Amino acid sequence: MSGHTDMVLVDENGLRIDGRTAEQHRPFKIEAGVLNNADGSAYVEIGKNKVLAAVYGPRECHPRHLQDPTKAIVQCKYNMQSFSVSDRKRPGPDRRSIEISKIISEALEKVVLTELYPRASIDVYIEILQANAGTRCAGLTAASVALADAGIPMRDIVPALAAGKADGHVLLDLNKEEDNYGQADVPIAIIPSTDEIVLLQMDGNMTREEFDHGIEMAVAGCHELYELQKDALKRRYARKNEEVSE
Amino acid sequence: MEKRNARQTRELVVPGDILDGTGMKPGENAYLLDGKVRASVMGVRNVFQNTVGVIPLRGCYMPTSGDTVFGVIVDIGPSNWLVDIGAPYPAPLHVSEVPWKVEFGDTSRYLTIGNVVLLKVLSVDESKKISVTMKDSGLRKIEGGRLVKISHTKVSRVIGKSGSMISMLKNMTDCRITVGQNGMIWIDGEDEDADVAVEAIKMIEDQAQSSNLTDRIKEFIESKIPQDEEYDDEGDE
Amino acid sequence: MTEMMSEIKRDHMMKLIAEGKRLDGRALDQVREIKVVTDVIESADGSARVKLGNTEVIAGVKIIPGTPFPDTPNIGVLTTGAELIPMAHPTFESGPPGEDAIELARVVDRGIRESGMVDVEALCITPGEEVWMCFVDIYALDYDGNLFDAANLAAVCALKSATIPGEQYGKGENKPLPITCTPISITEAKVGNDLIVDPNFDEEQISTARLTVTTDDNGNFRAMQKGGRGSITLDELSLCLDRAVEKGAEIRKIIG
Repeated sequence: MSGHTDMVLVDENGLRIDGRTAEQHRPFKIEAGVLNNADGSAYVEIGKNKVLAAVYGPRECHPRHLQDPTKAIVQCKYNMQSFSVSDRKRPGPDRRSIEISKIISEALEKVVLTELYPRASIDVYIEILQANAGTRCAGLTAASVALADAGIPMRDIVPALAAGKADGHVLLDLNKEEDNYGQADVPIAIIPSTDEIVLLQMDGNMTREEFDHGIEMAVAGCHELYELQKDALKRRYARKNEEVSE
Repeated sequence: MEKRNARQTRELVVPGDILDGTGMKPGENAYLLDGKVRASVMGVRNVFQNTVGVIPLRGCYMPTSGDTVFGVIVDIGPSNWLVDIGAPYPAPLHVSEVPWKVEFGDTSRYLTIGNVVLLKVLSVDESKKISVTMKDSGLRKIEGGRLVKISHTKVSRVIGKSGSMISMLKNMTDCRITVGQNGMIWIDGEDEDADVAVEAIKMIEDQAQSSNLTDRIKEFIESKIPQDEEYDDEGDE
Repeated sequence: MTEMMSEIKRDHMMKLIAEGKRLDGRALDQVREIKVVTDVIESADGSARVKLGNTEVIAGVKIIPGTPFPDTPNIGVLTTGAELIPMAHPTFESGPPGEDAIELARVVDRGIRESGMVDVEALCITPGEEVWMCFVDIYALDYDGNLFDAANLAAVCALKSATIPGEQYGKGENKPLPITCTPISITEAKVGNDLIVDPNFDEEQISTARLTVTTDDNGNFRAMQKGGRGSITLDELSLCLDRAVEKGAEIRKIIG
């Protein structure tokens, strides 16, 4: 967020370096049920982000001291693979990954009907295979689909998208350059049936108006993403029916 | 009866989808929000009396009292064994719930790790502690045969309407087949027949949502095991 | 569900193998279907996603300028790492690589290094000061047995399709990573008195020992690793070596 560049991120026609307008998100792609062992899984691409999410559970909670006698806990581990970024990342969790894991776990705990599984754990693993800004949003988006794929009861599926600001313009779904050299980044995740916010972070510098505009675009973008999440799940199981009915 | 309705409305729903906004009550795997019933799992929309819910396609097995289940012994204590019945929680089998008189500390002599047992679920309390028993007719340690594991959500399909599918499987393959509510199924018979039974069960799991399944399974088994014609008892003497 | 293998399943599988059959219908010396896709990760300098039956592994290569080892001032550096991440199997735990992951990485590395697959002498930028460092990182995504061969394939295919990113660092044009051969590993598991090639997870659970043998394009041996608490006889070793050459050649043809 604090880099400097001579690059023009948004030109005089309002076009961004990848040809998008301010309100356009990058192309989305979502597949459900992509792994064998995991109870549920999903693969998501948002622009050049490539993310894999897997869910195990509900299952016995390890470590035992984290068990909650009244409900299940959602434990999420977000990890970036070494080759996912241009400067190779040393393997292992860093402080950033730990923080992201925490806020994603918290977002998911709000939608999963955890009271149905006391003392259990629902384990969510997010692996970033390729990163290009917005990985925590892509990760949470994939994790929600993986949870539904696993048959874990939840109130709704959670989409996540970021808004931000670059070259003075409020933009939807920042790409890597806009994130590195821009002026603000606001990832957000919502529960589409109620528009409740379950994940929100902000860094940078925005006026109230800019922020409101960003949120409005992000929420609308989340609703679009939500349709794709549902579609990925339906396609996964409808495909099976078609193959069989011939 | 619930299942029959579901097969007619084979609409696939996912969590958050609205099932009804006309005042029906939420059934299984559904909840009420702002007067509308919404799905909480991925599955098939299901209407039952004045409720609307979802029959799940996936999900873990949650035991209910009365379920007959197969389990594998995964741990041994001095006065109990721990059984994995495919639920999120292991089920402790206490020495007082087996047909043998087991001395304290002598548990491994009767059941060891890896043994397969047929049990009944006695009860599940609010914190989901499961109690099971082996003290009922038919319950026992299982030896030999084959174990197939399918999703518990497909068990009713393997059993069929009034047991029609399972009877057909047993008769056509000439195998003993016991179906656990937790999706573990035991098959005992001649090797080649058991192989066919295993394949047939996996087909049922894979194609559970489709129509004409019974016919297709029947055809499949016929293609693998020639079925005897009916003989008249009065032969030509 | 249960990760503990039931005695019933174990007995059934062992009986089948003693009769020369496997639960998935394969012959004892048959390798599962292999699917390879390279160039899957743009941010990597080389990458490959490999499926060996239901086992799935992804490998990425990052090539970065760095300082050479003092005793080999003109030679590039090759480093291989592997992680058995928890999404791949219900029994895999989070945390730094344990002994299984470390053994896996070192065995894959051995095959690549000993075969001279990467021409490290051609990775010198400025003698004594700067060389290209080649990092291979392997992640298991879905574990159904035989990570050794799947990981080896993924690493080898990622390296074969890798590009030295000279332009990114102002060190000349981009060019393909110089590769001299294709080391292929073949792993066998001992079940009872039989050896089965490319064991799946269940087969590994009932096996007493495993042997991984890596050959080069000429059928010469470059690396071997015996694992497991059991033992193998000299005859069994001989059979494994024969199969490693034969199956290695088959796989080399598949991946091209």
